[in-house]
Amino acid sequence: MNSLKYFTFESGKLGNLIQVLENYGYIVIGPIVRDSAIVYEKIKTVSELPVGWTDEQSRGQYRLKRRADDAIFGWTVGPQSLKKLLFPPVHSILDISKDGKGFRFARDRSDDSRVKYAFLGVRPCDLQAITILDKVFLGGPFVDNVYGTKRKDSFIIAVNCGQAGGNCFCSSMGTGPKAKNGFDIALTEILDDNNHYFAAEAGTEAGRKVLKSIDSSTASEQDIKKAELVIENARNQIARSLDVSNLKDLLYKNFESSRWETIAERCLSCANCTMVCPTCFCNTIVDTTNIVGNKAERIRRWDSCFTLDFSYIHGGSVRTSVKSRYRQWLMHKFAYWLDQFGTYGCVGCGRCITWCPVGIDIMEEVKALTSQKVNVND
Amino acid sequence: MEDLTKILAEHLFFKGLSDDYLKLIVGCASNVKFGAGEMILKEGEEANNFYLIRSGKVSIQFKTPNKGPIIIETLGEGDILGWSWLIPPYIWHFDAKAVELTRMIALDGKCLRGKCEDDHNLGYELLKRFSEIIVKRLEATRLQLMDVYGNRF
Amino acid sequence: MATVSEIKYVKKDDTRDPMFPALFEIKGFKRETKDTFTVEMIPKENSGKFVFQPGQFNMIYVFGVGEIPISISGNPDDTSLLVHTTRVVGNVTNAMSKLRRGDILGIRGPYGNSWPLDEAIGKDVVLVAGGIGLAPLRPALYKIVDEREKYNKVVLLYGTRTPADVLFRRELEQWRARFDLEVYVTVDRAMSGWKGNVGVVTTLISRSPFDPHNTIAYVCGPEIMMKFTATELQKRGVNDDRIFISLERNMKCGVGYCGHCQFGPFFVCKDGPIFKYSQVKDLIIKWEV
Repeated sequence: MNSLKYFTFESGKLGNLIQVLENYGYIVIGPIVRDSAIVYEKIKTVSELPVGWTDEQSRGQYRLKRRADDAIFGWTVGPQSLKKLLFPPVHSILDISKDGKGFRFARDRSDDSRVKYAFLGVRPCDLQAITILDKVFLGGPFVDNVYGTKRKDSFIIAVNCGQAGGNCFCSSMGTGPKAKNGFDIALTEILDDNNHYFAAEAGTEAGRKVLKSIDSSTASEQDIKKAELVIENARNQIARSLDVSNLKDLLYKNFESSRWETIAERCLSCANCTMVCPTCFCNTIVDTTNIVGNKAERIRRWDSCFTLDFSYIHGGSVRTSVKSRYRQWLMHKFAYWLDQFGTYGCVGCGRCITWCPVGIDIMEEVKALTSQKVNVND
Repeated sequence: MEDLTKILAEHLFFKGLSDDYLKLIVGCASNVKFGAGEMILKEGEEANNFYLIRSGKVSIQFKTPNKGPIIIETLGEGDILGWSWLIPPYIWHFDAKAVELTRMIALDGKCLRGKCEDDHNLGYELLKRFSEIIVKRLEATRLQLMDVYGNRF
Repeated sequence: MATVSEIKYVKKDDTRDPMFPALFEIKGFKRETKDTFTVEMIPKENSGKFVFQPGQFNMIYVFGVGEIPISISGNPDDTSLLVHTTRVVGNVTNAMSKLRRGDILGIRGPYGNSWPLDEAIGKDVVLVAGGIGLAPLRPALYKIVDEREKYNKVVLLYGTRTPADVLFRRELEQWRARFDLEVYVTVDRAMSGWKGNVGVVTTLISRSPFDPHNTIAYVCGPEIMMKFTATELQKRGVNDDRIFISLERNMKCGVGYCGHCQFGPFFVCKDGPIFKYSQVKDLIIKWEV
């Protein structure tokens, strides 16, 4: 136990934390309730946070419900992840204008690179998702500068989970419910009859500095134990488990399984799962011109392997059937990703299960494909 | 006069055939040569022979009403020309022309058919070899048919 | 600041944003066949040099229309001129085919891996090209001819649709005239005047003069043709880890993070486009991978 790392502060001081970050020049992004869901937005005060809210999630279901207490982070995950901010859904990458017989390029005009974000309320699974996206956008022979700059300048306050969502299986994927690394500060909310405070772990020197500047106290052994219990509570609530040993090989073996057809009968290829997934990174470049034809723009936007023309090469698409597109997505998450990046692409956040309009459960499908037993509880 | 038995034995097609059978077949064999541009077989004519190409180049072609003949395959050293002698009504369905000076062994189809009827084992040996050739040609033709260099691909 | 894990930045180009193209000016335009053309261009900036390895491709941007990956078809030793040969298959290639001298293109690249020429040293080299597949192989042949003494027998087998579709005819004839190169050309069909071979390119393999146990094969063309060719080469005795093919998939970024070009676990833009046949043989026979 390193006393220089663990702190506590009263829940009321959370607002000060936000203030301190703003003073350091960050735009603070945190969870708010909007459109009957918990989404990420710019926030300035604690009152904007989802105090006293929780979510109930199951296959194809998401409902917000009022809590009996005033927990600020008493929910699990909403439809969005930090992907939305580090890797914007629509982003202009190039302006081109005609120049005599040719043309010339100009850099993207929106000077977003100077904006620094502080993310408050990042779940451990989402934290792991960012680490995974780091490998995709920054770890290859070419680096995506848009993601890189936003990422380099970001400040992360993770919040460990005190309860499990209905579709969570982070423990099976090794990504939660506790944040292990990759954060500046990791909070655990402790709320009982007498107290409402946060146990805070500083993950970096910058995090420590911020915690000190809101006058946090050093955490006692008891505080640390209490925090562990909160997380343990979440861990015990996780109703699902997936055996990931040998998953890649089993999936490759079942590449032609008839199970894929069964899934395809239900799948609408609506791409919801890829949009809510915190690790899906597929994007496309769209070319537009103005009416006169003397200016053009190249815009990057999110794409999904579920669209028909995703795999189009002169004449037709490689994956025309829905079955092949669902298979591509699942194989990528649990098999190809390992070959490509050394980790699984899935962090067990359960969002795809929640937001699938027909309630397809990726974990159940993986089990069925690899002949693992599907529990009654799932 | 070249020793046809030796030449037959060396040809890929007859590889592995017993000496007795080779001697039997030699009775139906003769040496032929065609000059550049000479027609070897014509569509509609009786298919009496098949040929083992020893050297040169033969083009298989079809007539078109308005565009002249279209070449769909060329054969060269080691190839077999003609299988219509195997299947009734024993008539050629295409033209074959020597593109350059071509030397071949002509095998009398009628003569061979007779010998195969007498000895079914000989028939089996020959058909085994022919099947292999026909399958190879069919696979190649399929690839040709797919027109992979065309716009569809 | 938040830790960016232990990511190793193995960046290939420190200065340039990979999505920011370089401007090239067209110096020459040649129509090769009725649907294939060659563009020659020079860089408008950057000391006027373009360096690449045989087999690599560029992402070519046509103003306002879009961007596509095209293999480089020129001589790697001529760094002052960038050459691309392509068929007209869609909007961008169609727009490109209408450009002429003085017009500008945006170029990002070179991307991808290259034909592994050092694996061919001391061996027989068989290049099998189908249709437009001759274009990405041409730079390899230039390099091989330039360092001819490094290799044993060098054989080029080229198949295309009809005699009118034969690419680079003059160069083919020049190569064929050499004593140290074997060049065989075949077409899928021809009219009577053609005195060359007729038949698919795979039929040339069984009688080509190379030693299958000491051969490296580079195969490029439509995927079906490459599969048939690889099968035929293996029948002849060439091991599947000595056969290299060049794959093609939808590309948007060309640099490995848009996801479009995935073929199983491989990104065709950064793990390929050139693959050892043994790497992909299980995937390439499956539907809709």
